[in-house]
Amino acid sequence: MKVLVPIKRVIDYNVKVRVKPDHSNVDLANTKMAINPFCEIAIEEAVRLKEAGIATEVIAISIGDKSCQEQLRTALALGADRAIQIETDESLDALNIAKLLQKVVEEEQPQLVILGKQSIDSDNNQTGQMLAALTGMPQGTFASEVKFDGDKVNVTREVDGGLQTLALNLPAIVTTDLRLNEPRYASLPNIMKAKRKPLVVRPAADFGIDLSPRTKLLKVTPPAERKAGVIVESIDELVDKLKNEAKVIS
Amino acid sequence: MSILVIVEHDNGSLKTETLKTVGAAQKIGGDITLLVAGFNCQNVVDAAAKINGVKKVLVCDNAAYEHQLAENISLLVTGLAADYEHILATALTTGKNFMPRVAALLDVAQISDIIAVESSDTFVRPIYAGNAIATVQSLDSKKVITVRTTGFDAVATDGNAEVVTLDTVTDAGISSHVSDEFTVSERPDLGAATVIISGGRGMQNGENFKLLDGIADKLGAAIGASRAAVDAGFVPNDMQVGQTGKIVAPDLYIAVGISGAIQHLAGMKDSKVIVAINKDPEAPIFQVADYGIVADLFEALPELESKL
Repeated sequence: MKVLVPIKRVIDYNVKVRVKPDHSNVDLANTKMAINPFCEIAIEEAVRLKEAGIATEVIAISIGDKSCQEQLRTALALGADRAIQIETDESLDALNIAKLLQKVVEEEQPQLVILGKQSIDSDNNQTGQMLAALTGMPQGTFASEVKFDGDKVNVTREVDGGLQTLALNLPAIVTTDLRLNEPRYASLPNIMKAKRKPLVVRPAADFGIDLSPRTKLLKVTPPAERKAGVIVESIDELVDKLKNEAKVIS
Repeated sequence: MSILVIVEHDNGSLKTETLKTVGAAQKIGGDITLLVAGFNCQNVVDAAAKINGVKKVLVCDNAAYEHQLAENISLLVTGLAADYEHILATALTTGKNFMPRVAALLDVAQISDIIAVESSDTFVRPIYAGNAIATVQSLDSKKVITVRTTGFDAVATDGNAEVVTLDTVTDAGISSHVSDEFTVSERPDLGAATVIISGGRGMQNGENFKLLDGIADKLGAAIGASRAAVDAGFVPNDMQVGQTGKIVAPDLYIAVGISGAIQHLAGMKDSKVIVAINKDPEAPIFQVADYGIVADLFEALPELESKL
């Protein structure tokens, strides 16, 4: 069974983002970039499926300019077999990303597409569900456990009240939540080996899809600053402040 | 203009967050129709009909919708979409699950997690875990939107809307429900609570979360947790407050043994009053707290409980 893992290059999660002075966007110049943490969990899950003998091939895919090859190489070092870059300099809406991925799904016919539930830059939480809609596949979003059972996959999902388990017909789409697994680190020999694994570059324009933007970013501003408050010396003082100053308890 | 708002519920009761999503719909302006899709969900329908400013409540009561399967709900909503310019759902796990599927079936973009309405096509939403605020214009004729409830006020519930029952059944037949493992709690939901007390890695283990119980009882508070506490297995995932967990904005948020990682702050920094209890005076949580106390939580918590 083939597994397709779409991944995204994003700002490293340890870096605090800054808004550009002209409020046109955030400033990513000279910023450390990495694989989106949820995508890393998706790679790990796919590689574990291969190690367990369930998956036969793991294909990593990313959509972006040349720089995202760095993240694809990391995916290869973590255990993906080959990689596809769909090349574009544009920042695409999730719907257009899903349309490009749909074309690749049609070509590659994977039994499972596993991707992060959201990227930590745009925080949209859309691509997996949209790809599921376009391909007509069932979706198991926010997964904390994925178990194969014949021609179905059981996905346990992190939902508001706790956990929900669904059975999905294959092929299916799964999006990862934080507790699905703990991703490994790439070893040096595997990083070296990854350099020789196949990485195919395909221009986005070759897919014949209208990729015109569906949304327009008008401005980006910093959030309202929260003023640091006071340090109180005792619980008595705290209770007094909450009662008589903030008036949030009685 | 007409707006469809999909009601968030568990078949037994309507989630109060829906009242805020209707509040967002009112900011857009237009005739508001609600959709209740569920199974044996008459209580939800009765509650929905009382929501102020609602013209009509559409009801689809069928086993296909019992578990809010995205494959089935999205087909239903897509089928109704022709009559509406805006389709709104609450940005909780159910809405986040099926709405992008609706958007893609309609061939439109989704605007996720809006916190303010600028105009009928322009919305404000946090990006980068709330470290930047984007103003986004939708260029599609139809707008598919999820609403972050911390940005909007709940509407009142003394209305009397018309209820229309639909017999549409859209069962995609490609997914099925296996089981639920829901946390049973007497306490208010994190999303609905006016007071929340959350524990972090500093709690050291799950057993110690009991130290929060007495305070939560006295304040009528919900109990939350940081990602570190959930990842460490102290408490279940549904207690997580943060960028990828629940986004909350209660009147009072008490952070206990939580250092204040960016992704936790993203989930609670819009709270009205924040209290931090931490033994590390350098913890970043103190930078957002209105009241901080540098103390060992194992001494501070029993004292706080006794003095409330």
